[in-house]
Amino acid sequence: MNNRLSFRLAMIMLVMPCSLLVAFTHYPTIRAVINSFWNNGSSRRPSRFVGTENYHALLEDDRLAQVLINSTIYALGTIPLAIGLAIGMALLVNSRLPGTALMRLSFFMPTMLPMIAVANIWLFFYAPGIGLASQILDLFGLPSINFLGRTDTALASMMFVAVWKEAGLFMIFYLAALQSVPTNLKDAARLEGASAFRVFWDVVMPLLRPTTIFVAVNALINAFRLVDHVIVMTEGGPNSSTALLLYYIFEVTFRQRDFAYGATLTVLMVFLLGLLAIFQFWILNRKAHYQ
Amino acid sequence: MTTSKSLATLLGATSLTIASAAAVSAADLEFYFPVGVNAPAVETIQALTDEWAAANPQHTVKAVYAGNYEETTTKALTAANAGQAPQVAVLLSIDLFTLIEEDVILPISDIANSDADKEWIAGFYPGFMKDSQFEGKTYAIPFQRSTPVFYYNKDAFREAGLDPEAPPTTWDEMIEVGKALTVKDDNGNVTRWGTRIPTLGLGGAWLFGGLVVSKGDVLTTETGIEARMDTPATLASLEFLLRLAEEEVMAPGGITWGDTPKAFLEGQTASMWTSTGNLAFVEENAEFDWGVGFLPGGDGPGAPIGGGNFYIFEDTTEEEREAALDFIRFMTSPESAAKWSIATGYVAPRPDAWETPEMKEYAERLPQALVALDQLEYAEREFATFQRAKVTQYLVDAIESVVTGNAEPAEALAKAQEGADKVLGDYQ
Amino acid sequence: MNRGLNRILYFTLAITLAALWALPFMYSVWTAFHDEKYSANFQLGAPWTFENFFRAWQAAPFSLYFANTLILITIVLVANLILCTLIAYAFVRYKFRWAGFLFALIMVQLLISPEILIVENYLTLSRIGLTDTIIGIALPYLTSAFGIFLLRQTFLTVPKSLDEAAQIEGAGAWRVLWNVYVPLAWPIYLAYSLVSVSFHWNNFLWPLIVTNSPEVRPLTVGLSVFATVDSGVEWSLVNAATLMTTAPLIIAFIIFQRQFVANFMRAGIK
Repeated sequence: MNNRLSFRLAMIMLVMPCSLLVAFTHYPTIRAVINSFWNNGSSRRPSRFVGTENYHALLEDDRLAQVLINSTIYALGTIPLAIGLAIGMALLVNSRLPGTALMRLSFFMPTMLPMIAVANIWLFFYAPGIGLASQILDLFGLPSINFLGRTDTALASMMFVAVWKEAGLFMIFYLAALQSVPTNLKDAARLEGASAFRVFWDVVMPLLRPTTIFVAVNALINAFRLVDHVIVMTEGGPNSSTALLLYYIFEVTFRQRDFAYGATLTVLMVFLLGLLAIFQFWILNRKAHYQ
Repeated sequence: MTTSKSLATLLGATSLTIASAAAVSAADLEFYFPVGVNAPAVETIQALTDEWAAANPQHTVKAVYAGNYEETTTKALTAANAGQAPQVAVLLSIDLFTLIEEDVILPISDIANSDADKEWIAGFYPGFMKDSQFEGKTYAIPFQRSTPVFYYNKDAFREAGLDPEAPPTTWDEMIEVGKALTVKDDNGNVTRWGTRIPTLGLGGAWLFGGLVVSKGDVLTTETGIEARMDTPATLASLEFLLRLAEEEVMAPGGITWGDTPKAFLEGQTASMWTSTGNLAFVEENAEFDWGVGFLPGGDGPGAPIGGGNFYIFEDTTEEEREAALDFIRFMTSPESAAKWSIATGYVAPRPDAWETPEMKEYAERLPQALVALDQLEYAEREFATFQRAKVTQYLVDAIESVVTGNAEPAEALAKAQEGADKVLGDYQ
Repeated sequence: MNRGLNRILYFTLAITLAALWALPFMYSVWTAFHDEKYSANFQLGAPWTFENFFRAWQAAPFSLYFANTLILITIVLVANLILCTLIAYAFVRYKFRWAGFLFALIMVQLLISPEILIVENYLTLSRIGLTDTIIGIALPYLTSAFGIFLLRQTFLTVPKSLDEAAQIEGAGAWRVLWNVYVPLAWPIYLAYSLVSVSFHWNNFLWPLIVTNSPEVRPLTVGLSVFATVDSGVEWSLVNAATLMTTAPLIIAFIIFQRQFVANFMRAGIK
């Protein structure tokens, strides 16, 4: 449309609604940067300008190093796993097997639950000795595993919780994509003697690429945004092995009441997310060239 | 103005003045408190609050359940920062320094300065008053105080051929007894551990404090600026925890606080170290004969004191302070304290509460309730300093890293001490 | 022969996966209906009971939490629908120099959602005195980048001829919006509503920070306050409370399964 935007319309349609968005996205980012140059104040000792002191603290923070490693492992682990499972589930639900409606219900159900309900359910499930996981292990004569009490299993256990919640949602997106794959393409491939696997890999998968991109972006956002389960299940432990970046920000700011360091960490987080966004953009652009 | 109008105005003004004069002595209290899911506890608080409200109709009081201890403190501070502080709250005793630093509470001794008041304050167990005072003033009044105690399954003791009336009292005895109590199934998997000591999070840090006290040292002092994390006592305590796992008396790895009572009730562990506040829960649900003893100690008995105190907030009017003080006096009166203690297992904070007929009957019916009280003389304050959350995190990290096998005790403690000193250095 | 075997194989795989997937939730539901002592000892023939639900309901003001959640999602949804429509309309129908820049600026919110900036957003809210209010919880979400994105995509597909025809009949900008664009985007509005409702019903971290008193707590925060305890956790009670708070969404989902799925799909494809 080529209409010109009058000032009045611009105000109502754009400026006012967008200012809300800016107020809670861009403005806080700028404020975080500003606040990161001041130290934490309290009633007895008001806050003063300290320059890059908070950033020095960042570099020396061992816990932060562990947090960043955790967040990376978490993202790299949950995203492919959720996508892989989602594709598999979509294929199963889309097939002509009996009971697909029930299957679909089962896979999608976790998505409808709030993360903290999921966290409670899994906390109960993982409880060593008394939880369902231990009861099942016991049936097979295996010792119960202290999932959330061991540093080598805790993060993986949390990752699985996240995948359990997300995969169903991604399955739906893949279902939509699968159902829009033209059957004549698949039939043609099959006529040429391609096995079911080949049909899938060579014909269907490429058509799923836009969905995969969409799902991957969603999964990435969630991997950073959702830390409810960490708050409820492990509080970042044991020994910081399940602490994710946003959880660390929450803990530093609201439990330890260090708002200045929290602001510094926020700046770090926005910076990292920005890098990720640029990286994604770059990859997408490259792929586009091949189209 | 006409005569009738001016008369009306005069009448209006007069009635307004009279009304506000009556309102001057009335206060609206908002009272934050932390309790668990344990429904009888919430009901009891509500009942006590209602009782006081009924006896003081000129005031109103609203009891707000704010979550667990940490959350209640966070909420109280958040509300105070936003200018909407509650007037009175039950918060962790160890939050004293944080509350003072953020300037949100006032010394109760400043407003409770009549002779009767002073006598009242002196009537609390000195053990509980230790962490309520700072720089000579009393900032808090004990309400729901506790020490952890050693719960044990008497039936399991009998099964193992042990004397059910003789729980272990030293660390060596704990290991010996624990080994006899641990039961394995045909596959070699442990179905019942000898004991269970929470080691994760703040609960783990609390119990760790008890281990340290039993070796003759403390983790922090009343100045709030000293954290003693790297001492022979702490080293010995960590080594004890490791030994328990090595000798297969306790499950290896991190142990959560929340699941411990359930594990005990399910027979997953023959004994547990947890707060006396779980007494009512265990009594109601145990399907076996059980007993309570002192925490087994290193060089002698030792325990940390925990729980919550009443605080009055700074941002209050005189009437509100009066009302709050009166409310606190009521809630800690012998009858109220008795009711609260019986409903939960918390230790009533005043000797005269233990003298009431209800408490005497309770103690007879459930002698396990007396153990925490008797242990009080060997108990020391819980870990508390300025910037408590941050400094305690160093301790928690040290304990967790050791029990999960990721660090050696000596280096973990040294690291914790370094971190703590850096934070507290600002205050010295 | 091969195909038959394949089918059986896939079927077994599918059923096993679906069963395993449903297990944690099903066990949680089972525990909610049985006494506490069975929560760690599964016994098929254990007696059913509603006791846990009664106790959970009485232990915390869940009806208040429900009301708060409903008010919250309504405020957010209505604001979203209106504001996102306006912004999307402006982008689609008008040309202005800074359009590209503004759009990119808006899309930033997709990645940097309000929770990421929780520290500063909390301080902002505190400064304007809206902490511990429902509107305070809703405020950062009133304009949604995702909603703008979806609606813009949808509005772009509206045939220009319809717009021009309406203009010829003398309709101004608002009329055209209401009579031409909005009706055509109806399925997307529905899809977006479902996504928005389930997102905000389940949102936890931000409401946790913003709220203090039970009067404004939504369900998620109420549930967490209920479940994190310092004394022994009673799993049957917690599971009952969990089930209670998630039941409405679940029941709605089971009844409207096909529509839900179709709408989520639609929200995704575009």
